[in-house]
Amino acid sequence: MKMTRFIIVALLVFATGLMLPKVVSNPYYFYAGYVVLQYVVIATGWNILGGYAGYTNFGSSAFFGAGAYMAAFLFKALGVSIFVQILGACVVGMLLGLATGYLTLRIQGVYFAIATVALVIVLETLVHNTEYLGGASGMTHLADPAPAWFGGQTQYVFCIMLGLAVAAVVLARWIEVSWIGRGFRAIRASEPAAEASGVPTLKLKLLACALSGGVMAAAGAPYPTYTSYLDPVSAFSLLIGLNALAMPLIGGTRSWLGPVIGAVLLASVQQLATVTISSEFNILAVGLVLIAFVVAAPEGLLGLRFRSRAA
Amino acid sequence: MSESLLAVRDVRKAFGPIKALGPVDVDLMPGERLGIIGPNGSGKTTLINCISGFHRPDTGSIVFRGEDITRMPAYRRARFGLSRSFQIPRPFLGMSVFENLLVPMDYCSSAETEKEEIERVEQVLESVGLVERRDHPAELLSQLELRKLELARALAARPRVLIADEAMAGLSEAEIDDVLALLLKLNASGVAVVMIEHIMHAVMRFSQRVICLETGKIIAEGSPDEIVASPQVQKVYFGEQTRR
Ligand SMILES: Nc1ncnc2c1ncn2[C@@H]1O[C@H](COP(=O)(O)OP(=O)(O)O)[C@@H](O)[C@H]1O
Ligand SMILES: [Mg+2]
Repeated sequence: MKMTRFIIVALLVFATGLMLPKVVSNPYYFYAGYVVLQYVVIATGWNILGGYAGYTNFGSSAFFGAGAYMAAFLFKALGVSIFVQILGACVVGMLLGLATGYLTLRIQGVYFAIATVALVIVLETLVHNTEYLGGASGMTHLADPAPAWFGGQTQYVFCIMLGLAVAAVVLARWIEVSWIGRGFRAIRASEPAAEASGVPTLKLKLLACALSGGVMAAAGAPYPTYTSYLDPVSAFSLLIGLNALAMPLIGGTRSWLGPVIGAVLLASVQQLATVTISSEFNILAVGLVLIAFVVAAPEGLLGLRFRSRAA
Repeated sequence: MSESLLAVRDVRKAFGPIKALGPVDVDLMPGERLGIIGPNGSGKTTLINCISGFHRPDTGSIVFRGEDITRMPAYRRARFGLSRSFQIPRPFLGMSVFENLLVPMDYCSSAETEKEEIERVEQVLESVGLVERRDHPAELLSQLELRKLELARALAARPRVLIADEAMAGLSEAEIDDVLALLLKLNASGVAVVMIEHIMHAVMRFSQRVICLETGKIIAEGSPDEIVASPQVQKVYFGEQTRR
């Protein structure tokens, strides 16, 4: 019941977004808004595994990049629509998540974190050496023209990314209120106690890996359409991996709202700042903000709210 | 023998060079109250870990409710009716007391409506005396309350066997009486209880049968009176100088 209302509100948000191209004329807003929404999807996906289940993924850019390259590959090889590209990216992300989880989670948590870092390097190297995907210099991706309603490609991908964000948030919320989310929280708190309470910890962790990976890869799928160009350095960028974990940590990892708040705040600031400052400085700034939060507000902004309410 | 609820046969467990357990044979009858005593490091927790699926025994077999569960994963043993509490409480931090109990309800109980689940949780809270803590985060519980929560969570799984690993360590006499009464009530409802305990008078009062472990082996087994009188047990607990 709670879920029904949530879905209705989510659909209203999406419908409102679809009207924006008719109301807002300056394409810059869509261009910048796309990035903010992209990070809402990434942060929400990261949080399914990193927040709910408590397994830190340092290699989110591997999933994002894999999604972007899968989309570009599907388009180049088969000319499929952006929706099929997203679907393909999602499947690849889930499989990557499953594989990484299966190979490492049986041993111990820390290996998972290490493996996620390695995954970025492996995939980036793979793309570097694949002629068909443009190698190190990248590939152009000239998508079919957007439907007339949207008035341009930028507005179109903005609306698609909004749809992904809404879907990701609904998924996260559903997990949160279901028995699956309860199992994830039990795993985060104590795996032995979870197992002793009948929670199939390995299966649930693999599920979290798959869902998280699928969502983050989906966030990458529209990227080549958005930029008309795809290269390994930007697809597997360090900034994506850093943002993916900084945003939920800043907003709060226990509910769907935390990653959304963190992503909107951090990505908006970054969008405003990149006009004036370099991306290296950007990474440094995110790092400093992250450290500040880990020290001063380990439960994120939402945690601060609850803390002041409890006091 | 054939009708025992739980049968441990020739189970051994070593950690590298440390022979922590075995070989041991243990039987538990339906509805029985079994006490397991033994000095620190004698293998009590290791035995429980083998039974509940947290360790894989090096040798031997474990049969529960007529099924060989030696290779069954821990979560499936919990669903099958084998519930255990931990020596050091492991609450689900970040959840309320109520939600702590919903975890085993969600994952162990067979199809129940949400309403029945909630009623059942409230019943368990009532029986352990945590009703007024229902909506508190687990972080705020006292040591006694954490131990009660540990037992409550094991109960919420609707076990056939409850194994309590030193559930009374660090509690006052009055609190020990509380926990003992709770376990007796549970046993009266048909659940077999295995009590691992250091507090001798509590085990002796509670158990119908007691097993004493030392360096991983069973050195004595019998009624509480027989165990108290056993020279081997006295030697382990009180040293050589004790009157025979
Ligand atoms: N996971 C483990 N790794 C290595 N040694 C262990 C482990 N668990 C228990 N031991 C060793 O096995 C022996 C028995 O321990 P334990 O079963 O915890 O005893 P008890 O519960 O009777 O105090 C001890 O020597 C202990 O150090
Ligand atoms: Mg012990």
